[in-house]
Amino acid sequence: MTHVSVAVPCRLQINGQGYAADLPPSVTLLDLLRERLGLIGTKKGCDHGQCGACTVLVDGKRVKSCLILAVSIPDAAVMTIEGISQNGRLHPMQQAFIDTDAFQCGYCTPGQIMSAIALLEEGHIHSRAEIREFMSGNLCRCGAYNGIIDAIERIVAQQRGNHAGEAA
Amino acid sequence: MNVISTHIGQPVSRIDGVAKVTGQAKYAAEPHPPGMLYGVVVNSPIARGRIETIHDAEARQIPGVIEIMTHLNRPHAALFEKSYMDGLGVPGAPYRPLHDGEIHFNGQPVAVVFAETFEAAREAAMLVRVDYERWPHNANFEVALHQKYMPSKTRSNYVPPKPRGDAAAAYALSAVKTEGRYHLAPEHHNPMEMHATTVIVEDDGTFTVWDKTQGPQAVQAYLASALSLSKDQVRVRNPYVGGAFGSGLRAVYNVFLATLAAKMLKRAVRVTLTRPQMFTHAFRPEAVMDIALGASRDGTLQSMIVKGVTDTSRFEHNMENIVIWGLINYRCPNATADYKVAPRDTYTSSDMRAPGAATGVNLLEMAIDEMAYACGMDPLAFRLHNYSDIDAMHDMPLTSKALRDAMAQGAQHFGWHDRSMIPGSMRDGRELVGWGMATGIWDAMFSPTSARARLGQDGRLHIATAASDIGTGTYTILAQTAAEAFGMPLDRIDIELGDSALPECPTEGGSWTAASAGAAVWLACHSLRTKLFAALARCKNAPSWARQDSVKLEGGALHGMNENAQDSLSLSDALSLTGQDVLEAEETAKPGLRGKISQMRKARFTHSAVFCEVRVDPELGTVRVTRLVNAVAAGRIMNPKTAASQIRGAMVMATGMALHEDSLMDERVGQFMNHNFAEYHIPAHADIPDMDVLFVNEHDDEVSPLGVKGVGEIGMCGTAAAIANAIFHATGRRERNLPITLGA
Repeated sequence: MTHVSVAVPCRLQINGQGYAADLPPSVTLLDLLRERLGLIGTKKGCDHGQCGACTVLVDGKRVKSCLILAVSIPDAAVMTIEGISQNGRLHPMQQAFIDTDAFQCGYCTPGQIMSAIALLEEGHIHSRAEIREFMSGNLCRCGAYNGIIDAIERIVAQQRGNHAGEAA
Repeated sequence: MNVISTHIGQPVSRIDGVAKVTGQAKYAAEPHPPGMLYGVVVNSPIARGRIETIHDAEARQIPGVIEIMTHLNRPHAALFEKSYMDGLGVPGAPYRPLHDGEIHFNGQPVAVVFAETFEAAREAAMLVRVDYERWPHNANFEVALHQKYMPSKTRSNYVPPKPRGDAAAAYALSAVKTEGRYHLAPEHHNPMEMHATTVIVEDDGTFTVWDKTQGPQAVQAYLASALSLSKDQVRVRNPYVGGAFGSGLRAVYNVFLATLAAKMLKRAVRVTLTRPQMFTHAFRPEAVMDIALGASRDGTLQSMIVKGVTDTSRFEHNMENIVIWGLINYRCPNATADYKVAPRDTYTSSDMRAPGAATGVNLLEMAIDEMAYACGMDPLAFRLHNYSDIDAMHDMPLTSKALRDAMAQGAQHFGWHDRSMIPGSMRDGRELVGWGMATGIWDAMFSPTSARARLGQDGRLHIATAASDIGTGTYTILAQTAAEAFGMPLDRIDIELGDSALPECPTEGGSWTAASAGAAVWLACHSLRTKLFAALARCKNAPSWARQDSVKLEGGALHGMNENAQDSLSLSDALSLTGQDVLEAEETAKPGLRGKISQMRKARFTHSAVFCEVRVDPELGTVRVTRLVNAVAAGRIMNPKTAASQIRGAMVMATGMALHEDSLMDERVGQFMNHNFAEYHIPAHADIPDMDVLFVNEHDDEVSPLGVKGVGEIGMCGTAAAIANAIFHATGRRERNLPITLGA
């Protein structure tokens, strides 16, 4: 029997919606999103976990969806670029990317944004050097790196401002 | 044209930004027509030979596999090589995919598996076995150098070097001499989006081809010719392109194979390359340059002898302008250059960002730095001392050259004057600090382009041209141009690009799009204004003030002037009054007679001065680029925000050229073996410091109708040399091979 003729149950929460189907075990989370669910915002740049274009959040943590078999994470909560803007309003990180010109061709952008959102949760945001180090899993061939760091720093500053406001 | 700017020149955010940050922008592999098949390409593991047998029975057993297309069962395609020629003008016999069983290069497609799912196609592709008769090949560049030659028919954009004076005699007599062989490794473009094609078979049997390309009309022409179709049977779309940098200048094999399969199977298909397959087509050629410079003791260049070779395939003669830049950019009474190509059994090398200049300017600027040191002169002072105000190779004046200003402003911003001359003399803690600089030069080109402007009942201005925005900001700058020319707010303008059905536009590349498409949009908008005013003037039921000359279009509405200053009319009302649903105008921007004469009499270039700081660990030899400043003279800057991003992006790629990027050949099989992002290193976040871009004021009415020169390539030119020169300054070691890696 070949890999593609087997079907295994797959159950996920994707951007808050339940998903259940029987899938060949060789279907990656990335290919499930792009090819079977039409969620093309998650990009394929290498299919080998080397570029970060396919970064999504699984249970709140950033992962490379090309390295995960869809059937291997039962009941996981998956968040993609399509899930972060609410009621048509951009996520602050999306707006910051536009404001700082943090992309050119736009192909690595969803992965950079998902990675940046997770980075804030991780707290590796104490300096530009630290942000650079912890964003280095997301390659950008257009070379929009300066803008991406600017965007993340803006959000960090906003959050600090908000926290300061709350404390007062 | 005299442009008063309210929109042009403003740092507007990208108008395609929301589509890109939300993941809604649709790239070539992303339309999903019903019943679409997935194609996975099987590539040859040998460099030369002939297919003996293809064993595909096992692969056909995989559930979901529909067809395995090879040279044996493919439908008809054009027979002769002539039909596969493309707009790039590379002489020779273009590769014909699946033409016959002969293997010309490692990675050549030998079969394509089509299946109902991607997983089935991928699995089946791994099961296709091919027997080959192996022929001898050579993939070694040094061996190829022994067979170097000058093609009898040259590439259309090739500029032959023009010697002056007696370079050999002047060199012999020079008091100060430097001589060396400089080398650049082959590089692969590696845009983040892999090349892909989705073909939709329309109800009338025509093909809509979503392809990752820089020229939808070029691919349309190629497919029509190579697949023996008429042009109206093929429409090529590329509204969003995930980077290309030259890899999408020529039709990549996926577009041919996908369209051929759609013709064969009468079904929608998609063929996406893998990252390793991105190393089986275009790449920047490997290059050597032998550079000998002679100068008098006061640092005056007396002689320049440049000999360069780049590699090509055995079947095409790809050529680059690598040897001319020093002859153009420096005042030096005696200069000569020679260029040849060296054939290997690989796919044909191709244009990658700033083709020719990225290689030739960077390697020459490393040699210039050596000569400055040999003369005991500051490298910036040496360049100013040998500055040329004309194109010194053609002895021709320039439309503009604000390189002196760029050098001065860049040096000031960087703090160059605090530099100590002696290599290894600057330290910070245990790290060696090095400051280097170089200058850059690139062509400022303008090519005929058409655009259409259309005003609809909704009061929106719709602009269309078959340009491609590969991340360059074309959507945004064309909207700014239209806003300026028509008197319309930016948010009421729609820009449509990336479709072969739109008004004619040359393939995107060479930094000519901003100048050319910008001029076309400018003309079309002015023509539409004139049409609107004329239609209103003829219109009996229009208010009398709007039928006169004293009407202006501003902020997206018509306004009266003088005593009628209070009156205004919306564009949709104006259109209704004229009784028409739409008004449109199409115009072509081309040099014209005056422009053509100017092109013959004056040369045109962009220029830059790049300053770099590196820190080198003296024990480990690791190099970090810690500061980069680039001062650019590129005529009018349409949008300083997106233009600066263009420059920064090229500087990132040039950092890769200086320190990381090296496509390594496995000569036994003729394959680039580090064919993935883990082994072919491109700069990551941690490799790149904050980069400052300055645009110096350069007013140039002659270079193009809007005074624009373009900014896509210039950031590549000089930056890699500035890094290499900074490494010399930090360490005292001259590295003449790029990239400079730890192993060097």
